[in-house]
Amino acid sequence: MKFSQTHLLGIEDLHPMEITMLLDRANVHAEAERGSRQHGEPLKGLTQINMFFEASTRTQASFEIAGKRLGADVMNMAMAASSLKKGETLIDTALTLNAMHPDLLVVRHPHSGAVKLLADKVNCAVLNAGDGRHEHPTQALLDALTIKRAKGRIHRLNIAICGDIAHSRVARSNIFLLGRMENRVRLVGPPTLIPAGAADWGVEVYDDMAEGLRDVDVVMMLRLQKERMDGAFIPSEREYFHRFGLNAEKLSYAKPDAIVMHPGPMNRGVEIDGTIADDINRSVIQEQVEMGVAVRMAAMELLAENLRARREKGAA
Amino acid sequence: MTNALLRNARLIDPEAGTERLGWLRIEGGRIAETGEGPRAGGIDCHGACLAPGIVDIGVKVGEPGERHKESFRTAGRAAAAGGVTTMVTRPDTATPIDTPEVLEFVTRRAQQDASVKVRPMAALTRGREGREMTEIGFLLDAGAVAFTDGDAVTANTKVLSRCMTYARSLGALIVGHPQEPGLSEGAAVTSGKFASLRGLPAVSPMAERMGLERDLALVEMTRVRYHADQITTATALPALARAKAAGLDVTAGVSIHHLTLNALDVGDYRTFFKVKPPLRDEEDRLAMVEAVRDGLIDVICSMHTPQDEESKRLPYEAAASGAVGLETLLPAALRLYHAEALDLPHLFRALSLNPARRLGLEGGRLAPGAPADLVLFDPDIPYILDRYALHSKSRNTPFDGQRMQGRVLRTWVDGAVVYDRAQEKAA
Repeated sequence: MKFSQTHLLGIEDLHPMEITMLLDRANVHAEAERGSRQHGEPLKGLTQINMFFEASTRTQASFEIAGKRLGADVMNMAMAASSLKKGETLIDTALTLNAMHPDLLVVRHPHSGAVKLLADKVNCAVLNAGDGRHEHPTQALLDALTIKRAKGRIHRLNIAICGDIAHSRVARSNIFLLGRMENRVRLVGPPTLIPAGAADWGVEVYDDMAEGLRDVDVVMMLRLQKERMDGAFIPSEREYFHRFGLNAEKLSYAKPDAIVMHPGPMNRGVEIDGTIADDINRSVIQEQVEMGVAVRMAAMELLAENLRARREKGAA
Repeated sequence: MTNALLRNARLIDPEAGTERLGWLRIEGGRIAETGEGPRAGGIDCHGACLAPGIVDIGVKVGEPGERHKESFRTAGRAAAAGGVTTMVTRPDTATPIDTPEVLEFVTRRAQQDASVKVRPMAALTRGREGREMTEIGFLLDAGAVAFTDGDAVTANTKVLSRCMTYARSLGALIVGHPQEPGLSEGAAVTSGKFASLRGLPAVSPMAERMGLERDLALVEMTRVRYHADQITTATALPALARAKAAGLDVTAGVSIHHLTLNALDVGDYRTFFKVKPPLRDEEDRLAMVEAVRDGLIDVICSMHTPQDEESKRLPYEAAASGAVGLETLLPAALRLYHAEALDLPHLFRALSLNPARRLGLEGGRLAPGAPADLVLFDPDIPYILDRYALHSKSRNTPFDGQRMQGRVLRTWVDGAVVYDRAQEKAA
């Protein structure tokens, strides 16, 4: 079996073997990053464009570093302040860009499904860096790699995803990935932040942290967006922290060796107690950031291999 | 003294649906034993009625913010004199009760000053503004028994649905005020011939049905526990019956004013008859009495709303809404008994048993083990009501000058006498 994707639009499109391939390749890069820093420049001669229609610091930097270390020519386009403001439609932007012949296009967009719409119009490989509330595949992959390195496997684990599931693309990609790799996934949060029909996704839903975290191997916290207060999703930050914020007491319900994850940026004292986030024996939050670069390297490398193969075939 | 024997009393037992001549023994503030027939010693009740004390859902006390209208001390006195042993207070005070801090203040003030039990309700949204939900979890921990914005209907259905979803996960009870806010805006009376002749802004009774239908649809969606504070129109009843038949956790109340008065009582712009929702037609009143008899409406309440003289001494449209009711609730309810619409056990189901059950309180029962929250009353004493004889700080009662029949003689809370008419008359 080979990695047969043209784009990386979502975890939903991936076969478990493809996920394993991505993780294995990423692990090689992770080790190289910690050691020789030599990756062999597999993206040399390719142009990578990062198009972020939504402000991002962390993800954009991670993609940029990954591309540069693999030898790509990287360019950032802050789309939030660009042609869209002048009234251009997304499809026209895609066509304009396509005419410049990029090779790798990294796209984040506030609307679910927008990255797919754009991918259908271009000839290069597109990587979804987050589309609305839909998917954020590289985040799920970096979470999986982090778990695999900490736990030695990425199957048959009990994993709790906690907090604002309803608005989270991270949660959806993780639910796809972790489910596909045969883990038991639990969603824990106030029912106002659990999407309708979630119980039918093959996950268990809890509105109580003590029950939801019982005997889990992994606690995955999600960021609570402050604007959620206005929409009457939750009463206040302090009640949210009281009921759903991760502290030592709630973490004690999980397995003694359970790890704590957070996609960042964190709201200390809202969804996670600072001492838990900083506990080097439990928190793998920094490792997640590190694995992010490795996973993005692997994804772009595998897509670039397929892109080159397609082009050679086209030329022949 | 929390031990006592009350003999020669007509025991009104709403749970068993019986009334019989007998005795009741109080021990340690609780009902220890009841029995039929004569018994020696103790207090002779001379055949008066002894019933579980009233649990009144929806009492407004002016603390914090409007103590000149009603304080916990005066409300407690009025309640005791009216046989109300538990006041379930409303959060629609001048400073709304929408944070655990304010709730704790209210609870402390109630403990200091009120002679009867007080169980507070808290606001559902901050400032009762219908935008952000209150800290339902913290407020429950602080002792809130239910959540309501009162007559400030949450117009934003999305906000209400989220509040209900959140409340559901904590098992909290939401008390709604069924009213379509747009249609009822600015209305002073119920639309119809009378309202048109008087030239007053009016609302169709349909607004209540629309509000109830919306709330019940949301209850079906979220499965929250829901109580409609007042159902007052016949047109709203089928929706309530359907929801109950469908197994939704829904109950409803009605104020004593809507059971005993109608729109014509407003007469010559008498502002003491201005209540929310406005008084209805006689057909609606009769339908409400029947709904209480059938059990479709579960709870009778006073909707005690104290208003000072100046806020009522205004043109009808501009006058404040609401009437005091703690002391007149039982005498007015006895009109239904004298009219043979309801027997006494049935009446006390709606006044005591059902509201206590709905809020998960211990009272409302005449059974051994229940707290000795009791009211002794003579249902037959006739008199003309004088509003200046009321214990409430505000005297805005629509029953002023009306013939009443039935008086509270004595009230106990946890076995202690909190009102004694004989002593009061002597003093």
